[in-house]
Amino acid sequence: MKLKQLESELGHLVQFQSPKIELEQYPTGAHIASRMMYMAESNFGDICGKSIADLGCGCGTLGVAASLLGASYVIGFDQDLAALDTAQENCRDLEIDMDFVQCDVKSLGLTRISVDTVVMNPPFGTRRKGADMEFLSVALKIARTAIYSLHKSSTRQHVKRAALQDLGAKTAEVLFELRFDLKSLYKFHKKQELDIAVDLWRFTV
Amino acid sequence: MRLLTHNMLSCNIKGVSKGFPLGIEVAKLETKTVEFNPQFLRHSFPKIEWKAFQEAAKTLGVNDLPEQVEPSMLDDDDFLRRFHHALLEIHLEEGDLVCPETGRKFPVAKGIPNMLLNEDEV
Ligand SMILES: C[S@@+](CC[C@H](N)C(=O)[O-])C[C@H]1O[C@@H](n2cnc3c(N)ncnc32)[C@H](O)[C@@H]1O
Repeated sequence: MKLKQLESELGHLVQFQSPKIELEQYPTGAHIASRMMYMAESNFGDICGKSIADLGCGCGTLGVAASLLGASYVIGFDQDLAALDTAQENCRDLEIDMDFVQCDVKSLGLTRISVDTVVMNPPFGTRRKGADMEFLSVALKIARTAIYSLHKSSTRQHVKRAALQDLGAKTAEVLFELRFDLKSLYKFHKKQELDIAVDLWRFTV
Repeated sequence: MRLLTHNMLSCNIKGVSKGFPLGIEVAKLETKTVEFNPQFLRHSFPKIEWKAFQEAAKTLGVNDLPEQVEPSMLDDDDFLRRFHHALLEIHLEEGDLVCPETGRKFPVAKGIPNMLLNEDEV
């Protein structure tokens, strides 16, 4: 599938109907999500024919992108059933087979869950500090090859050090920096947080 | 939820030492065709707990998987097709997953298992 087509498909997905602020529910926009996933496949071959987990999958954006790019098995985890219901409808519309599990991502580190590639847009930890690093810690336990994740650019040094020194990543690389616009989603957010710089990371295990 | 997912889930209630494999109580199943991909099956095979998988498949009415497996079977097209079907084409839509140690049930509704734990379980 071409990048343009992927972006267009992702742009048609139904997203959070009534976002829950405490869970940091906002979708990865089609522009960013399509580039992130396209790059994972075309530059690194981490998607097509692989098993993929989408941590905090919300309405399924990244997992759906993985399926459209030829992933053989995709599983999405989220705490929120309303989001998972929407994700499932998105899959039905596109005739995609994706499995979903309602759970707390933090609990997955103890399980047998194991996939080739983890993709995620974790909560940045604006509501609960450290939430993104908890997701990353779990991701590094369940991925056999690589992890694609978004983190605030302001935490770049911290993410790198923690990933390599504490969480057992073999490599940690920023693929590109982008801007995340939360304006329309969180009307009451503190002003300086409306448009934030975010890094797309690739970690290997 | 398909059996590849079942093969990775467990009950993680505090104090539970043997939370795998989860039992399955079936209320509704669905079958959907998935493109046959032998390469993916060979790639996934080493990670599968075969006994848990084969027994779960039986619970879902699939009785044609061998009890014992060996890597050489991965060259047998007939075996691969049965493996493929059980692993990726059968969906548990409604039912329960049951912790083998405590009997705690995790409901599956509209294909989505609810593995969330109560506060006193973590
Ligand atoms: C920033 S959104 C990303 C949604 C989706 N992956 C996307 O890219 O469009 C973060 C998601 O993580 C979920 N979430 C937050 N904390 C969680 C936790 N502890 N366990 C499971 N899901 C969680 C939220 O419900 C939300 O859907």
